[in-house]
Amino acid sequence: MAVLEKTELVLNAAGRKVPEVVNGRAQVPYKGVGKYHPRGSKAAPPIRSAADYPESGDKRVADLETALRRCGLRDGMVISSHHHLRDGDRVALMALEAASRIGVKNLTWFPSASFPSQRGAIELMASGVIDHIEGSMNGPLGDYCTQGKMRGMGVLRSHGGRWQAIQDGEVHIDVAVIAAPAADSFGNCDGSHGKSACGSLGFALADSIYADQVIAVTDSLVPFPCVPWQIQGNNVDYVVEVDSIGDPAKIVSGTTQITRSPDRLRIAEFVARFLRDAGIMRNGFSFQAGAGGIALAFVSYLKQMMKETGVKARFVRGGSTKYLVELLEEGLTDYILDGQTFDLDGVRSMADNPRHVATSPFTSYNYHGKGNFASLVDAVVLGATEVDVNFNANVVTHSDGRLLHGIGGWQNCLAAGCTILAVPSFRDRIPVIVDQVTTLCGPGELIDVVVTERGIAINPLRPDLMDAVRGSKLPIRPLQEIKQEVERICGGRPQRPKLGDRPVAIVKWIDGTVLDSVWQIA
Amino acid sequence: MRGGWRWHLSSLIPGSMIEETLMTFAIETQHAGEAGHCGPEIRSDVHVRIEPRERGGIDIELESRVKPYYGEAIRRQSEEVIEALGVQHAHVAIRDEGALPFVIAARIEAAARRAGLGQGTRVLPDQLSLPEPSPRDRMRRSRLYVPGSEPKYFINAALHGADGVILDLEDSVHASEKDAARLLVRNALRGVDFLQCERMVRINQLPLGLEDLEEIVPESPDLILIPKVESPRQIIDASQKIAEIKANYGVERPIWLMPILESALGIEKAYELATASPEIAALTIGLEDYTADLGIVKTATGAESLFARQRVVNATHAAGVQAIDSVFGDVGDMDGLRAWALNSRAMGFEGMGCVHPTQIAVIHQAFAPTPAEIEKAQRIVAAFHEAQQKGLGVVSLGSKMIDAPVVQRALKLMARAQAMGLLA
Repeated sequence: MAVLEKTELVLNAAGRKVPEVVNGRAQVPYKGVGKYHPRGSKAAPPIRSAADYPESGDKRVADLETALRRCGLRDGMVISSHHHLRDGDRVALMALEAASRIGVKNLTWFPSASFPSQRGAIELMASGVIDHIEGSMNGPLGDYCTQGKMRGMGVLRSHGGRWQAIQDGEVHIDVAVIAAPAADSFGNCDGSHGKSACGSLGFALADSIYADQVIAVTDSLVPFPCVPWQIQGNNVDYVVEVDSIGDPAKIVSGTTQITRSPDRLRIAEFVARFLRDAGIMRNGFSFQAGAGGIALAFVSYLKQMMKETGVKARFVRGGSTKYLVELLEEGLTDYILDGQTFDLDGVRSMADNPRHVATSPFTSYNYHGKGNFASLVDAVVLGATEVDVNFNANVVTHSDGRLLHGIGGWQNCLAAGCTILAVPSFRDRIPVIVDQVTTLCGPGELIDVVVTERGIAINPLRPDLMDAVRGSKLPIRPLQEIKQEVERICGGRPQRPKLGDRPVAIVKWIDGTVLDSVWQIA
Repeated sequence: MRGGWRWHLSSLIPGSMIEETLMTFAIETQHAGEAGHCGPEIRSDVHVRIEPRERGGIDIELESRVKPYYGEAIRRQSEEVIEALGVQHAHVAIRDEGALPFVIAARIEAAARRAGLGQGTRVLPDQLSLPEPSPRDRMRRSRLYVPGSEPKYFINAALHGADGVILDLEDSVHASEKDAARLLVRNALRGVDFLQCERMVRINQLPLGLEDLEEIVPESPDLILIPKVESPRQIIDASQKIAEIKANYGVERPIWLMPILESALGIEKAYELATASPEIAALTIGLEDYTADLGIVKTATGAESLFARQRVVNATHAAGVQAIDSVFGDVGDMDGLRAWALNSRAMGFEGMGCVHPTQIAVIHQAFAPTPAEIEKAQRIVAAFHEAQQKGLGVVSLGSKMIDAPVVQRALKLMARAQAMGLLA
């Protein structure tokens, strides 16, 4: 893609200015929750014949560069990777560097998420190998983008939105490179075994189904069959064996740690008490929380309350951690439905326990499907960088406009029966509750409760929840009141950040429409 | 009012002496002064370096983690504080890590004083409306220690529901930071809302503690803890100093005292100490120092300090003040804490210290009357009222006679249960 062209901006249904054309492709501005219903057929990969592949099933080639050459990688193509190896991943950069050696330019890198360890991509963007990134950008890559240095425009999608974009044909993957902790020479891949085990490979599933060419890269080649085949070898073109696909220490942590911060523990306890007092915590219920310090503490408090009251969940949604595994092993939930594993206990459990089930963004989150699991979850506990007085929330930029976090499954999870944002009321001196979010990632009508250390605010659109906790000892307060208290503590309202007038990235909604723009920092 | 804060000046030195004093300092003691902390691991603090100079006015160099949000407010506040301190020519370098305004003011003032500037002047943040004065016999089940040099812990300390928050100037503050911590604590007493918590300050061991009082007492703390007390004279000295400062500043609210007994000699003098001043609301015991004094090891069960703790309980009850137990230092051992607190209550203590907010709920639970105790107390009080109505001089419950002290104990227990929300 050429250097970022000038593009017309339009106001979408959320009142946000968004570009009509992004990286040469026409966009649909956000129309409102549940308002956009595209018709037509899904995209499909080209037909292949078994005759074109070795009868022995051995698809190995010497190295990644050879595989990319055989895939016909050329200028302007889309190359994808997944992030199950998180900050420990070596494969994505390995592939991009191999592409550089081949001499191709203007690639679109389409990761399911990027991490700080992939900061080497900045050099490849500067040299023109990569035109732009479509995928969540963390840390230095996010900074690079918001400083306006990326040639093309960034496109941020949720995990479900990424699947939707692939299947709807918004993004056509030319070459998918799949890091596989275990694989056989036919291309069957598994994430739950091998020296670099990461658990699920669900984020790579769409890539394997829809990409023109698929390369599996493994550091643990096993004789056929590699089971469970989370990625089917029937979709894989080439297999590359390498010494190491990643740094195991950064793929999963030994054990995820509960926060020791008294303020965050207080937030976590409030969330658990809210679920109990609102009657959401009842036999057969379900919930999802992440792996942050507050989320882990929440699970710990909830577990205690479940034991005290004899309540058992039907399922819990991962990312899994030791604390969810304990719920499963102690009989407090029937299943863990898991998109990714965050610690070694989660990896072990997924490998050994048939009730710890690997899921994909298709089953969990894809909005353009015949339903998805996210709306079946009774309660979800999420974080946010900002939330405004109308409960709209931001999860990708800080209040100064810097792009520093990915969306992950955050937008998709808003479909849960009760969406709870568990956030400190201010970080350092920066209020989290603001008049208007810097970047809109989640419409306020889908966010039901904001829990801070200073009180719990219930969205006025949910009088049922207000009624459910009436009479409880929880500190229920209007969001505006908490905001005012925090502004008094912080010494007044913060200045508005000075943002430029040039969009450097867009935030997609789960239906593929454009919800907001990320602006170049002035 | 700009930026939500207003700066109040207050003199440390009688008016006629200020000018002369300032001139003397200006001539003799000006040098660079710095205060506070900065760095990637630091939160909610600020480092300020003030370099006086002969001319050139005030030049502020500001770096801040929150510059996009509060950069202008920090610069404006800094200019106001520096001006209020009477500093006219200096280079001021500020490295801010998200400090709140009351912290910024305290750090600038400390840096200025260390530079030999601003002597004799306090620059004070707005005074929040003070809570109701603290009754002498208020419930003191838990008191949460907060290091006086760590402002990040101040602002949310009260949220966790302890009966008291102790802003500590003693053991948790390094000797080189005493002067700066004093200003932080002073500003916190004015500018931080401690909600329903009793606002306590632990001063340093006398005589250094008397200097702490100069800054602290004008801001009306509810209670002052005096450490390492071994002689009634120490309490009397502190009490007289407090009375003097209160009179100078027109402070009329009570400021209660809680001496800490932390040595064998202190324990031996428990009753003398408990009766040394009418401002004493409670005695407490410091077991780390006590066991060190005896050369023995502090254990989780506290068997080695049984005598000392019993002595404190007995002396306080004889003196009509509260007995408050030491802290339980192992933050990770909630079972040990629960056992310790239950034992404390059984011995006659009315509360204990907390070193982490997670200890508060466990302590409150342990010091709460049990349902059986509440029911028994209700029956005793009902029998008492019935006897009163019938004009009987003797109260009986079933076949047992009930003495007046038993009725008093029952009434006290019911009052405590009510205060804890266990009884309507």
